[in-house]
Amino acid sequence: MTCCCEKTESALEKLARLEPEKTAQLNAFIDTLPIGKDIESNRAHLIIALHQAQGIFGYLPSEVQQLIAERLKLTRSEIYGVISFYSYFTDKPIGRFKINVCCGTACFVKGANLVVEQFSRELNIKEGETSADGRFFLGVLRCVGACSLAPVVMVNERVYGNVTPAMVSQIIADCKD
Amino acid sequence: MIIKTPSDLTAKVAELKAGFSGKTQLLVSLGTCGIAAGGSPIAAALRKHVTEQGLESKFEVVDVGCLGLCYCEPMIEVKAANGKSLIYGNVTEEQIPAIVAAGADKVAEGLQVQATNIYYPEDQEKPEKKVVQTRIALRNSGRINPEKIEDYLLKDGYQALAKVLTKMKPEEVCQQLVDAGLRGRGGAGFPTGKKWQFAAAQPKGQKYIICNADEGDPGAFMDRAVLEGDPHAVLEAMAIGGFAVGADTGLIYIRAEYPLAIARLKKAIEQATSYGLLGKNIFSTGFNFTIELKYGAGAFVCGEETALIHSIEGKRGEPTFKPPFPAVRGLWGKPTIVNNVETLANIPAIFRKGAAWFKSIGTPGSPGSKVFALAGKINHVGLVEVPMGIKLRDVIFELGGGITDGREFKVVQIGGPSGGCITAKNLDTAIDYESLKALGSMMGSGGMIVMDEDTCMVNVARFFLDFTVDESCGKCTPCRIGNKRLFEILDKICAGKGTPEMLDQLEELSNVIKDTSLCGLGQTSPNPVLSTLKNFPDEYKAHIFEHRCPAAVCTAMLNYIINDKCIGCGLCARKCPVNCISGTQKTRHHIDQSKCIKCGVCMRTCKFAAIDRK
Ligand SMILES: Cc1cc2nc3c(=O)[nH]c(=O)nc-3n(C[C@H](O)[C@H](O)[C@H](O)COP(=O)(O)O)c2cc1C
Ligand code: FES
Repeated sequence: MTCCCEKTESALEKLARLEPEKTAQLNAFIDTLPIGKDIESNRAHLIIALHQAQGIFGYLPSEVQQLIAERLKLTRSEIYGVISFYSYFTDKPIGRFKINVCCGTACFVKGANLVVEQFSRELNIKEGETSADGRFFLGVLRCVGACSLAPVVMVNERVYGNVTPAMVSQIIADCKD
Repeated sequence: MIIKTPSDLTAKVAELKAGFSGKTQLLVSLGTCGIAAGGSPIAAALRKHVTEQGLESKFEVVDVGCLGLCYCEPMIEVKAANGKSLIYGNVTEEQIPAIVAAGADKVAEGLQVQATNIYYPEDQEKPEKKVVQTRIALRNSGRINPEKIEDYLLKDGYQALAKVLTKMKPEEVCQQLVDAGLRGRGGAGFPTGKKWQFAAAQPKGQKYIICNADEGDPGAFMDRAVLEGDPHAVLEAMAIGGFAVGADTGLIYIRAEYPLAIARLKKAIEQATSYGLLGKNIFSTGFNFTIELKYGAGAFVCGEETALIHSIEGKRGEPTFKPPFPAVRGLWGKPTIVNNVETLANIPAIFRKGAAWFKSIGTPGSPGSKVFALAGKINHVGLVEVPMGIKLRDVIFELGGGITDGREFKVVQIGGPSGGCITAKNLDTAIDYESLKALGSMMGSGGMIVMDEDTCMVNVARFFLDFTVDESCGKCTPCRIGNKRLFEILDKICAGKGTPEMLDQLEELSNVIKDTSLCGLGQTSPNPVLSTLKNFPDEYKAHIFEHRCPAAVCTAMLNYIINDKCIGCGLCARKCPVNCISGTQKTRHHIDQSKCIKCGVCMRTCKFAAIDRK
């Protein structure tokens, strides 16, 4: 090893510097898991760890993936493989107002696609994108279980029922920081 | 208190019964649907009213799960101790004083009550009425507070487990389930007793029982209703299963999209454990059983049992070839039972009332009842549980209240993206696993989406394929690439770019995908295409040969045009979401086709039939 006085910062150090509280929170959660030497049984805790991490950070940036990999003794590639498989996980930051239009069958039959198109036009983003100002994310979901109110739109936790394209601008206006 | 013996359980129930208040209950449905429709403020206002009026000695407000009348949420049921009950739908806070004042004996003035046609075979004689719901799996949903184990105990809860553990041998448990003829409600309809026997026959050692609560079919919500409305029934059934096959660990794989069901399950597990009904040495028989929750992360294919197992192991949820079946080699290579939520919810009743009782309901080949989630263009969107063998017509027109806005029925899609559509000419089919399959559909999980004459069947097929392409895990080629090609063909047809060869291509490709895919996802994904092709060939042909969408849905092939009946009132221009209608007052208006998004709002708002859709 050569001497390196100006050591470059590792991914984990960067995370701890930028988000000390969130990092501590995630580490504290992982501390509660029975992690051992056996990779097979460690792997069983991966999905719950990712759920927690996404809940804390809002998304799963590569530094967080690195942290989880090291703590669970799994490889980065495996973790990325799991994140990319499940649609619930995202490695990109998403908007503060998560507008999700239900495109389950019941909502589809009642015209949910017209609602998606209207949001897309008014926010000038496509499905799956976040607006440039970081405020809005437009996504679709498959059945939120409120089929009697179809078509359904969820903005963060708030549910709007019987949505028509004409209601879209009001829903956007309701989103106040 | 720890319940150590069946007589402890009897004593506890007697104690609860003695403490039973005899108050009139005000039940407020607070499942996901009820909450979304505004049930929580109604429950709060109701509590406030009861307290303010000093009526606590007469009334008790109870938060319950979903009763299945989702079409009229928020709702209040007024239920007297003598069983009399009135259900009010679409309740507003202003109506609360009148509802409470009227009590259970008479209908509040100026309000209407909802007719119910629900009967509970465990507790009641079958009524004379011709079409009735028969509730076994949904027996407690909407009747009890799911967050209180005492409510479940008062409804014979954990009696089946007590009987099984103290009076039966594991072989007898499996045999009784075989005799009852219960078939899996999660899709394939495999006999549950047989599945348990397979796992029980494996050498002793670590085994698992998994409850499949992944409910991926978009538009089906019966499993959610059971978990939110009666979580203990599922826990009790899992413990019975654990005893029958020799497993001491149960896992519930639940989708992360169901936060309320997760919270209620957690609470239920805690309560059952604190009573000693889960944990070590249950009913002092030496039988140990614990239940853990595992979370899904938004992948439809994880509902397939082998994929589900991989997901619990923390891997990508890709399915593997069967055999070996999970009952032989499942979670971490150990024998594993995977059962659906609704399947499990039937099990305590079978052990309380016996196999012959269960078999007396439904048809000989498919005993019992099935929950269907009615949605789409139907008046009574919600849950119905009906005996197998009931006619589709009765479900849709009697229990479901018929089609919205008096439109014409076109098809009902059963079995979600793996199912097929059933047309008006087959409405008199008696529903069971085999009859639906014969019609090119399938029971699936029991989603029933009703569509009216304004639905384009090519577009519906395209919708389902879009779903499949999204959800295919990509492991096998026919499903990954085949479905994508199917989707592209359908997309072209809907865009007015169809060619005659496409009809044959669709059929051929569908059959190849069905025959060669690895798991149930690909083996069934072409069903919506094949069934619409078979039932509605003319609609496909109209799109391809005439560039016309008969139901006027595919926007690429239609325009909205203002005709000379227009009087220039300007209403449509004000309603148009993209401001593409122009014109001066009292003169004929004009639609700018380049900006029109074809949403149809103008046509619906026009009072003079001055807008044509061509
Ligand atoms: C693509 C696919 C998705 C499935 N999704 C579910 C599901 O969401 N819930 C479920 O209970 N079963 C689902 N199944 C069926 C399961 O593989 C399995 O047959 C079922 O859980 C067995 O339980 P049962 O015998 O009690 O029905 C699915 C199957 C396939 C092929
Ligand atoms: S399909 Fe949209 S809520 Fe069920």
